[in-house]
Amino acid sequence: MNNVRTKKRANKKSLPFFIGDAFKVCFVIITISAILLIQTFSFDIVPPILNRGIQPATFPKALLVLIIVLTFVIYYLSTKKPWKLEKKLPKAFFITLFNFILFVFISKFLDFFLAISILSIFVSYYWGERRVLYLLLVSIIFPIIVFIFFETILGLRFPGGIITNLYYY
Amino acid sequence: MGLSQTYIIIKMENLSLMMAPLFSSKLLAVLFFGTIFGLILGVLPGLGPTTGGALILPFTMTLDPLSAVVLLTSIYCAGTYGGAITAILINTPGTPAAAATCLDGYPLAQKGEAGRALGMATVSSVVGGIFSVIVLVFFAPFLAKLAYEFGQPEYFALAIFGLTMLASIGDGSPIKNLIAGAFGILISTVGKDFMTSIDRFTYGINELSEGIGFIPVVVGLFAISEMLTQSTLLDQVFKRVALKAVKLPSLQDYKLTWKTIIRSSGIGSFIGVLPAEGGTVASLIGYSEAKRWSKNPEKFGKGSIEGIAGAEAANNSATGGAMVPTLALGIPGSATTAVILTGLIIHGVRPGPDLFREQPDFLYGIFGSMLIANVMFFILGFFGAKLFARITLVPNKLLWPMIFAVSVCGTYSLSQSLLDVWIMLLFGVIGFFMRRYGFSVVPVIIGLILGELVEGTLRQSLVIFDGNWLMFLTRPIALTFFILSLIALCFPLLKRKKIKK
Repeated sequence: MNNVRTKKRANKKSLPFFIGDAFKVCFVIITISAILLIQTFSFDIVPPILNRGIQPATFPKALLVLIIVLTFVIYYLSTKKPWKLEKKLPKAFFITLFNFILFVFISKFLDFFLAISILSIFVSYYWGERRVLYLLLVSIIFPIIVFIFFETILGLRFPGGIITNLYYY
Repeated sequence: MGLSQTYIIIKMENLSLMMAPLFSSKLLAVLFFGTIFGLILGVLPGLGPTTGGALILPFTMTLDPLSAVVLLTSIYCAGTYGGAITAILINTPGTPAAAATCLDGYPLAQKGEAGRALGMATVSSVVGGIFSVIVLVFFAPFLAKLAYEFGQPEYFALAIFGLTMLASIGDGSPIKNLIAGAFGILISTVGKDFMTSIDRFTYGINELSEGIGFIPVVVGLFAISEMLTQSTLLDQVFKRVALKAVKLPSLQDYKLTWKTIIRSSGIGSFIGVLPAEGGTVASLIGYSEAKRWSKNPEKFGKGSIEGIAGAEAANNSATGGAMVPTLALGIPGSATTAVILTGLIIHGVRPGPDLFREQPDFLYGIFGSMLIANVMFFILGFFGAKLFARITLVPNKLLWPMIFAVSVCGTYSLSQSLLDVWIMLLFGVIGFFMRRYGFSVVPVIIGLILGELVEGTLRQSLVIFDGNWLMFLTRPIALTFFILSLIALCFPLLKRKKIKK
């Protein structure tokens, strides 16, 4: 009989407090605010003889303290009335997010428009588009139209890169 | 009344300036394009006049200031109405302001009366929109005149009032809204301090010395976060109701709804005038008041024509109302007017009482174009609703990569900075998680645009008062705004108590 479950299965109420969304969200807000608050102490200080009104760091400090206090309040309130449970994020979300990161790297080190094309084709494909013509439309034809539009109408110069340079030089 | 202030009384020649856009083919073309673009944005769930305005802002650089603002305001008017089309046909509000329209619009459409529902939405939107322009024409100059009495402390108190109003935005948590507002103000502190040139949160990045731009934040919080949201809804299937044609309301419908439309137009205009409040709050209150005053409240939620009229008249009348503080005081009345305010500033137009004195042709040109925009979306909505509804058939897997391309290019174009694009992406992720956990992104926008005003006026006031904070209480107008701020903070608590009762 050793394998018979004698304890109740853990339900949502009996889960540790740090598992809940409210705790995680409040923890992140307070941690970031606290780090920023610490940074405000390293802002330059205006000498008293030149200072009129308040120091440049005072206003952001007050805001960060306000955010921290209000976050404690929402956490306290969440213990009384728990937040609704959010669905687990699907794979497509993480792929889209990963594409954003990829976009940053490609636009920085290779080419701005290449980055747009790659993101467009990946996102469109992972979101379910399989028709080659449509994939080409969103990844090549549309970015070219956008490029020409911004270039000619707004007179904009996009950052150089392996593809953009072909147009510029 | 001094000579310098007599201009502020509405003159007939000023009113005649409102007709100027009618005689300008360029302005008419801009209005036509803006109305169509606004309708498309309004129809597409997840987009809306705020995102659309932010995306089109770089393009307005090629236009003169009046055409640019006319374009933005026509997008605002038409976009607010456009949300009703999807609300009625697919039970998904195209814009947040159309959320209340779903409650009765979709049930009525399911009964085979989609045309009647859309007809009522169109008529009540137009009446609400025109009503609000009249409010704007008559009320904005008086508010501008009042603004002459404002010094730095009064502007500080007014900005605080605007921020505390964030507590009552929508039906979300007031405290979460206040946190989001404070976050927005915090973003505005990034860069060189305007009084001492001391760097704050710049981390040695030169581009950050000028601060974080408004457009990357808006596009990130609205467009990019929506793209991430859409990535979580790929398996969502919309049930569409077939639409044959939009029908004008019958005489019986008019008899049933005219009081509701007028009441909601008044409510919407009043709520629009309040800083930071917008069409979403207006439509919710307009709807609930329509239900409260109705002889048939039991029909609400089941396809009541009064429900559609109440919500739509209110959200469209908030457009003109929201322009009142924007133009008269430089305080945005809603998220979209925050974008319009940015457009004005980019084009070198400083909102406030001086604008009314020095550029009446510009100002009344905007009023007139809003009036024409309302007529235009009536015609386009009435004859083209079926066509606009088809835009929702464009699959997200094609639409959002295209919106992404326009977003990054538009954001890059304003300062030609890649950093702006990355900031946009960062705020897209922040916006997604904010929305996921019940924080509205609108307060961030309002906080960001009011942040500089709050800090600037506070510090200048303290210089005037020699550091004595209590001096704020000796200024009657400032004191009034502080009292109103307290009421605004207490209002959600009172509302909750009333609901509990």
